[in-house]
Amino acid sequence: MAKKTTVKAGGKAAAGKTTKKAAKPAAKSTVKASKKATAPAKKKQSFGGLSEEILLRMHNLMVKSRVLEERLIKIYKAGEAYFWIGGPGEEAWGVALGMLARKGSGPENDWLHLHYRCTPTMVALGMDMIDSIRLMMNRATDPSTGGRNFSSHYCFPQWNVAPVTSPLEVQYPIACGTAHVQKRAGKGAISIVTGGDAGTAEGDFASCLILASRKGQELPMLITVQNNGYGISTPYEGQHGETNIADRAAAFNIRSRVINGNDPIETYLALKEEMEYIRKTGKPSFIEAKVTRLYGHSSADGANKKPHLFDPVLTFEKNLIDAGILDPKAAKKIWEDYEAEGVNAQEQARQEPVPTPESVWDHVYVNSENADWRKF
Amino acid sequence: MASIAQAIRMALHYGEANMGVKDIFGQDVGAPLGGVFTATQGLETAWNSTLDERGIISMAMGIAMGGDRCVAEIQFADYIFNTIDLLKIAGNTLWCTNGQIQLPMVVMTPVGAGIFGSVYHSHSFDAWASRLQGWKIVMPSNPLDAYGLMLSAIEDPNPVLYLKSKALMRHKGDELIPGEPADEKELKAMIDKPVQNSEGWKPRWPELEKYMVPIGKGKITHAGEHITVVTYSRMVHLCDEVAVKLAEEGISVEVIDLRSIYPYDWPMIKESIEKTGRVLFVNEDTEVTNFGEHLAYRATQECFYQLMARPRVLAGKNLPGIGLHPNLEKNSVPQIHDIELAIREVVAEVP
Ligand SMILES: Cc1ncc(C[n+]2csc(CCOP(=O)(O)OP(=O)(O)O)c2C)c(N)n1
Repeated sequence: MAKKTTVKAGGKAAAGKTTKKAAKPAAKSTVKASKKATAPAKKKQSFGGLSEEILLRMHNLMVKSRVLEERLIKIYKAGEAYFWIGGPGEEAWGVALGMLARKGSGPENDWLHLHYRCTPTMVALGMDMIDSIRLMMNRATDPSTGGRNFSSHYCFPQWNVAPVTSPLEVQYPIACGTAHVQKRAGKGAISIVTGGDAGTAEGDFASCLILASRKGQELPMLITVQNNGYGISTPYEGQHGETNIADRAAAFNIRSRVINGNDPIETYLALKEEMEYIRKTGKPSFIEAKVTRLYGHSSADGANKKPHLFDPVLTFEKNLIDAGILDPKAAKKIWEDYEAEGVNAQEQARQEPVPTPESVWDHVYVNSENADWRKF
Repeated sequence: MASIAQAIRMALHYGEANMGVKDIFGQDVGAPLGGVFTATQGLETAWNSTLDERGIISMAMGIAMGGDRCVAEIQFADYIFNTIDLLKIAGNTLWCTNGQIQLPMVVMTPVGAGIFGSVYHSHSFDAWASRLQGWKIVMPSNPLDAYGLMLSAIEDPNPVLYLKSKALMRHKGDELIPGEPADEKELKAMIDKPVQNSEGWKPRWPELEKYMVPIGKGKITHAGEHITVVTYSRMVHLCDEVAVKLAEEGISVEVIDLRSIYPYDWPMIKESIEKTGRVLFVNEDTEVTNFGEHLAYRATQECFYQLMARPRVLAGKNLPGIGLHPNLEKNSVPQIHDIELAIREVVAEVP
């Protein structure tokens, strides 16, 4: 049985602290009025010229991601998982990123070096809810880690999704390696790397900027930072002297910009433009996206919703409804259907096997050779 | 005969020409220098990285993840320490991803004392490396093994750490690498970059053949009956020298060159200990929590009732560094007389 989600369609949204300009594309028309009054041309213009199909798909995936994340938190709170960390609040950024990446395996497709707040991107790439839930519940069926790692530590080689690691920021220079391979392959594919604002203090972040920007050897990389204003409990001001993190890219002659990552349209358009630039020139580009950290850092700090923060999913939904692009009933059904899918997935995952004790020796080496020294 | 540096160079050439190696990189690895020990001179795919050890290891991981083969170099093992967590990640990636992501990459780095390299050019890394789960670790003692182990490292689907002794870089063996010209001068003229007028120089590679030294297989370099000495890399030569000397007195020493730190050739060690009843483990990493201690522990567990004397570890002293003055260096890592003394002691011990 599907339970009601904690989030209601069309709920009130407040502008977040880090949000400079929240999306206010549509007129404040009522749903009824907008239904007949809004002409497609006007809608297109108001929503950055994006097609209704893209807008609705984006909304759908954002809802799916939110419902999934909230399901994961519920699983944690019910004591069915040890730890939760994830990215509710980053749907506008993450979904657009996942929609735009060239998905597939091999150097002709994009590589994604993600961090632990990238469930929205995975959902947009096509990850099933249950595969995130299997990871959360440490099932042997978890396709990312076989029950070995934390929630949101995804790995999907079939889509060039590199394993998410716990050590912060190491993904940045690793991405330079895949970008190097892609550059050699010459098929216009790029390496995309994401990470948090506090993590940019790690030296690996600088390693990446340096490796990506060497004159004549620039790498086709989309280097991004999701700036949610915090590193666990340390506020942005606590570790940054620079005005924008993106300013650091400028020092390496890397083209850069700061965007409102809470606005799916601004995000989609910016990502599209930068990806095209990278594919065309083979050079890196840098995006700092200001985003919301809606449920705090992780289960370590309670994983409770911060209702005062800007909610990109509810705001976007409201805007679509106001513009007559989305029917409120249809919106409600999307939430309910995904909620039901999440509940069913949890129930299924619960029945699935957990890793066996002997499996600790699996995959230490390729083909599990020589794993146990007692057996040399 | 090729030196170890030349042997590595030839192996890397073989790797890039025949085994799909597409990047050989690190600090000063590319032209014009070709590595501070010249091990990468004249190679087609060699390039200079940024002066950033973490960047080098990360880059290698990304290249391997992206599906290409690479050999990365850390200029001196002394500077690999700031990459430990990346080495951990490279080693645990297969396991963490439940077998999905393989990282077939080679990292090579010069290790150890013996060249009066003082505090930051004398570190050992074998004991540290033995704790990097998921890696294979090899440590050749002669040019032929250096060649064969490099080819095995390149071919292996796992990350492999290739530790090369700084002191042995100019060491010449007594066996030819398959395809190597017998005349040393001829080889030099073919593959060593001239010191002067090297503008436009290109190596002429000999017709090298594939020759593999399997990872995990040791080699008995001196057969004997009275005591087993298990060692690797530079210490092999010191132990062999002592074995030859003591043979004249009727003390018969069996020296095992382990060649691989992990996986290691336990069957060879065990069989030898069962024959001799006595064992000494020799290496130059520091003595507290030394890899030899693991082997001594295992020998005690599995060969206790065959042992005629307590197993012993002879290793570098537990010091913060190796001092530059010869008196300091020589009193920090095992020397010939230390090895001789230790062997005599173990052999003299009666139950
Ligand atoms: C190298 C490293 N140091 C410390 C930690 C512990 N840690 C986990 S998340 C986090 C804060 C990360 O902050 P930020 O990069 O801003 O990301 P976000 O807050 O968005 O998660 C820290 C310190 C870690 N995972 N890795």
